[in-house]
Amino acid sequence: MNAPLTPGFAEPVLDAQRCFRAVLEAMARPGRVQALPALPEAPAPLAPAAAAVLLTLADADTPVWLDAGEAAAAWLRFHAGCPIAASAAEATFALAGGVPPALRDLSQGTEEEPHRSATLLVQVAALAEGGGWRLTGPGIEREHRLLAAGLPAGFEAEWAANHARFPRGVDVILCAGDRLAALPRTTRLEAG
Amino acid sequence: MSAVPAARPAEDAAAEGGEDRSDGSAGRLAGYNLGYLDENTKRMIRRTLLKAVAIPGHQVPFGSREMPLPYGWGTGGIQVTAAVIGPEDRLKVIDQGADDTTNAVSIRRFFARVAGVATTERTREASIIQTRHRIPETPLREGQIIVYQVPMPEPLFRLEPRVAETRRMHALADYGLMHVKLYEDIARHGQVAISYNYPVMVNGRYLMAPSPIPSFDNPKMDRMPALQLFGAGREKRIYAVPPYTAVKSLDFEDHPFQPVRAPAACALCGSQESYLDEVVTDDRGGRIFVCSDTDYCHTRQAAQPREAAE
Ligand SMILES: [Zn+2]
Repeated sequence: MNAPLTPGFAEPVLDAQRCFRAVLEAMARPGRVQALPALPEAPAPLAPAAAAVLLTLADADTPVWLDAGEAAAAWLRFHAGCPIAASAAEATFALAGGVPPALRDLSQGTEEEPHRSATLLVQVAALAEGGGWRLTGPGIEREHRLLAAGLPAGFEAEWAANHARFPRGVDVILCAGDRLAALPRTTRLEAG
Repeated sequence: MSAVPAARPAEDAAAEGGEDRSDGSAGRLAGYNLGYLDENTKRMIRRTLLKAVAIPGHQVPFGSREMPLPYGWGTGGIQVTAAVIGPEDRLKVIDQGADDTTNAVSIRRFFARVAGVATTERTREASIIQTRHRIPETPLREGQIIVYQVPMPEPLFRLEPRVAETRRMHALADYGLMHVKLYEDIARHGQVAISYNYPVMVNGRYLMAPSPIPSFDNPKMDRMPALQLFGAGREKRIYAVPPYTAVKSLDFEDHPFQPVRAPAACALCGSQESYLDEVVTDDRGGRIFVCSDTDYCHTRQAAQPREAAE
């Protein structure tokens, strides 16, 4: 017997609007950490910020892949109405609580339709501005510093390859607790 | 299972046309969903916007909805604004630089009614500025979003009418056709004969139509601290320029881009820097030049007596 589902957004219309603005700001200013103003009661191990992003953006048109277990998948299916993808390669949104899938294995879009690429949400241990990577590119005046704790060692090299595939490529949203930061494919990343 | 069961009654009421049932506490019509659009449409536009921001200058197709305004009234810009706007925002709407045209007033009232948002005519106070044909003279800052109403998003459409072909050109960054056109302009007229919608390169990769703003405004797009969003309703395209992104008007080394401005001062505020409209003052051919940006001009006029006294 399944446990009862925890609630989604308290005020679906307003909460989705506020969360979208935080995600839009994050994508427009890569590496700036945004605190989400409204959070659903997501089942562990789904981080509240990752759950809020998926409630804001996912629906019947967007297959979601996640490694967070059956309770999280059931919660998401119910509150977002999204299909759960069998593999990360088929997903519009992929969510990794554990080791993320390789960026090159996700949908890259095409040269003519680079927007048809996946967005990868990665739950990390912590996010902090002021140290760590040096980020440059669109959305960044000079340089943003971002420390993302808990990513696999090969991530920087993977990201360099992803950036080089522009205009194709995956966009990443890093989530920690109720906060997030984005890395659109345009962002150049140097180890700090 | 709907993601947002609570929103259903409001959407249904909106679909019926929604008579005036103003909800005094929220200041917005009770019969409309926030921002007029239903939640499915907003989610689709929001996903489109995020991909547009991630690929600066690339036109992303979207499922444009019918809006209660005819095309040409900025239905693309309105849908973008509707997907973004919330109760914490303060909205400014300009048409050719002016806040008081029928078009600008209608759009402002529309959002005050369906989103319950505060509105303003002051560029400085606005969090979202929806615009047709101008960028305000007052420099935009971080925290602001400018939404352009775009009639034709494809910069190559006069040169290559086949959509599939323009898509291929963007994929290959093959913009030779546009360079040839500009070069022919220079050969024929001694300069590029484009004063509106002058094509730009975004982040060194995508050729982009800056909506029909005057070329005078093009330099304001370059490394602008505010986020720039573009909505084309009829053509069903959304594109974006993130903050601090390079936006370069196409030119040649021996013929650098030169923004055009009437060589005059504003008759009302004396500005030598602002973009000017020519206004006929009588039936004997009298003409003056005044700022196209009404907020900028009013602000300068209001400041002048004090400046003179100091
Ligand atoms: Zn003036």
